[in-house]
Amino acid sequence: MSPAVTSDGAQASREGHASREEQVIDRITAIRKRRPRLIDEVVTLAHGAGGKSSAALVDAVFIEAFRNPELEQLGDGAVLTLPSGERLAFSTDSFVVSPLRFPGGSIGHLAVHGTVNDLAVSGAVPRWLSVAFVIEEGFAVGDLREIVADMAAAAGQAGVTLVTGDTKVVPKGAADGLYITTAGVGIIPADRELSMARVRPGDKVLLSGTLADHGMAVMLARGDLGLEADIRSDTAPVSGAVEALLAAAPGTRWMRDPTRGGLGTVCNELAGAVGVAVILDEEALPVTPLVQGACDLLGIDPVYVACEGKFAAVVPADEADDALAALRGHPLGRDACVIGEIRADPEGVVALRNAFGGTRIVDMLVGDPLPRIC
Amino acid sequence: MCLGIPGQVVEITDPDAYLAKVDVNGIKRSISVRLLADSGIDIGDWVLVHVGFAMAKIDEREATATLDAVRRMGKAYTDELDAFRSTAGGLANHAKGTVRSDKWPLNSQNPPLKGEKMKFADEFRDPAAARALVKSITELAGDGEYKFMEVCGGHTHTIYRHGLEHLLPPSIELVHGPGCPVCVIPMGRVDDAIWLAGRPDVIFTTFGDMMRVPGSDGSLLEARARGCDVRFVYSPLDALRIAVDNPAKQIVYFAVGFETTAPSTAVTLTRARQLGVSNFSVFCNHVTIVPPIKAILDSPDLRLSGFIGPGHVSTVVGNRPYRFVPEVYGKPIVVTGFEPLDILQSVYMLLAQLREGRCEVENQYSRVVRDEGNPAALALLAEVFELRAHFEWRGLGFISQSALKLSAAYAEFDAELLYSMPGLRVADPKACQCGEVLKGVIKPWECKVFGTACTPETPIGTCMVSPEGACAAYYNFGRLHRETAALVGQQRAAAHG
Repeated sequence: MSPAVTSDGAQASREGHASREEQVIDRITAIRKRRPRLIDEVVTLAHGAGGKSSAALVDAVFIEAFRNPELEQLGDGAVLTLPSGERLAFSTDSFVVSPLRFPGGSIGHLAVHGTVNDLAVSGAVPRWLSVAFVIEEGFAVGDLREIVADMAAAAGQAGVTLVTGDTKVVPKGAADGLYITTAGVGIIPADRELSMARVRPGDKVLLSGTLADHGMAVMLARGDLGLEADIRSDTAPVSGAVEALLAAAPGTRWMRDPTRGGLGTVCNELAGAVGVAVILDEEALPVTPLVQGACDLLGIDPVYVACEGKFAAVVPADEADDALAALRGHPLGRDACVIGEIRADPEGVVALRNAFGGTRIVDMLVGDPLPRIC
Repeated sequence: MCLGIPGQVVEITDPDAYLAKVDVNGIKRSISVRLLADSGIDIGDWVLVHVGFAMAKIDEREATATLDAVRRMGKAYTDELDAFRSTAGGLANHAKGTVRSDKWPLNSQNPPLKGEKMKFADEFRDPAAARALVKSITELAGDGEYKFMEVCGGHTHTIYRHGLEHLLPPSIELVHGPGCPVCVIPMGRVDDAIWLAGRPDVIFTTFGDMMRVPGSDGSLLEARARGCDVRFVYSPLDALRIAVDNPAKQIVYFAVGFETTAPSTAVTLTRARQLGVSNFSVFCNHVTIVPPIKAILDSPDLRLSGFIGPGHVSTVVGNRPYRFVPEVYGKPIVVTGFEPLDILQSVYMLLAQLREGRCEVENQYSRVVRDEGNPAALALLAEVFELRAHFEWRGLGFISQSALKLSAAYAEFDAELLYSMPGLRVADPKACQCGEVLKGVIKPWECKVFGTACTPETPIGTCMVSPEGACAAYYNFGRLHRETAALVGQQRAAAHG
């Protein structure tokens, strides 16, 4: 055996090869900028997973039918301006988690926190919630009482009131126990302006705490994987931590809570909509060893797994230190980190770089490793 | 699919059924230690866990020796480490995103955020060692041109997940091989699986990776959306448990995988017989690793310098079956682990062989792979399976004696005998070039439909489905200009030094 020989020819062919590869990459980038297409004939679980398929369904079915400027903001909540000039955030969410109780919380906590958090990351101070129950015939009233008590406690903690509601009962087998839908309204302070469009290259990306706790807690609570670990859901209202951050970093551009589809999906929505690159630092991503172990065992990337009490924020670089200090001073932000930055290139891409200089893409989630986690 | 995770045995729960509890980073799970029964298992032993089975004991001394060798190879290592430590605030000790406890107070809800490393994994992700090794590789490669094939999909996944391809000098090309068991299942077999899932009394069980593989009319995922009872399982033993729990149903397990995974199916079948379970059967699609390597070496359109050899398969088959690679075909092969340092060390070892005029089978993954493999697992394979005369591989065509079926002694569990499946051969879509990709003849991006008609959401070929498939790995992780990747990566390095 002798080492392969080199020549100018080989060099040239290598370069030709490389440039063809770049053309292919550019073509794919162009294709990815097109609107997602819905090609499925039936709805699958992937359409509810928060990834690419969800985006295609929302775009092709719902936006198509309901099109209006408020909806097309596509935030976690719609921002509505009243004739008086005051602005409201309005958001809704359904909860179908299985099991109904899991370490760290229940569907009742989630139903309040989910909507409160969507309002909070829209920049609003959450105020009022509605709640609708779909209950399967035969559901124990005692269990319902406990879940409703969880909701009341969660609402009290988040400073919101449940002001209207609805109850429907369906025949046994037509639903799995209990589904809850909440909607909420919050008031946006006059001086507050948060939007994706304000994100600029050079901005820093902050995360308020550890990734993937909720998704893995629910996954393990189901018991069918046979994994035992004391992983608790992080379900919590983020409104207090959001206010702490905004007070310290008034220039904050935009926020989002990484629920279904996780941080990876949130960053992709930002990169795609604004046409910037989101560059994350792998070893800055906070993940507890337990959660990392569970993810490794199952071959799941924590970057796609839901949190229910965390948020990502994009802040100007010169406010990042203050923002981080403010978050860490809040009980729910003690594990907060600067996890990355916004760059101009490569446009529309989320990339993760590791400590030895390697880089990889973080794409939107395809398929659904963890159905019914919220 | 071929994932193997280090775990520590903390309890022997049922010695008669060979069940033990392992701890992976604080996560506990009951697994079968049947495959290590011959060597004896003690509490405190570290084992490699794959689909709910301990595949091999992890040899701590070998792990240390491997890391020492890595450090010797990266001769700049010490300097690099010093530079890194002085600028990165000790990040080298926290390769994995677990941050320091003094700096980052603990989350009140979940226990320790940091401090503990994942044994036998984090050490092999040490960034300073990796950077030093890349320097040494670049030096050793000099002005040569090299093409190494990594056989395993697990290697492909590691290479893209950690951005290794762009870290290596451009003179070293990594070619992605056929070792993704999901990717090589032909369409006709997927159609048969969907047909089985459609029987009214059947609960069809499979690994999650197989759910999205397209047949000629949709995937198992779509079959489930139409109402078929398709469930994904972590381990074949979980499928057996579903059978025990649902005596009125027929449970079919869709068995895929190389010799890595086949022993888990074998143990499950011996267990099914012991328990007298009669509503459980296996649709066997297990394949063997050596025939496709031979097929690739016989392929005239490919010129390889050497192989990054299979890792977890080798815990079962050992190193000996690869001797023909150097002896008959004159190519070096290094059996390799799945962490970034493993892959880089293997590239270094291949280069060293070529530079020194050697050509042999070397074992980089000595912490779990023994020369003789796992004799207990091999004996079980011989009892439960027999070789098929032929098996069709997606893209590679029919390869003789390349797959397993249940032996006559286990015929009562053979779904192929119990059900009259259509068994039709379905030609691959014309546009799909999975075959050339699997053989390493073309790179994923050179396929005509790559990234346009064929994407992870709408895969045409199997290579785009499994996270270990070359096309999916490239599309999901690697789709960056080399310069961009280098720039982004360098800025990272600069931020720390």
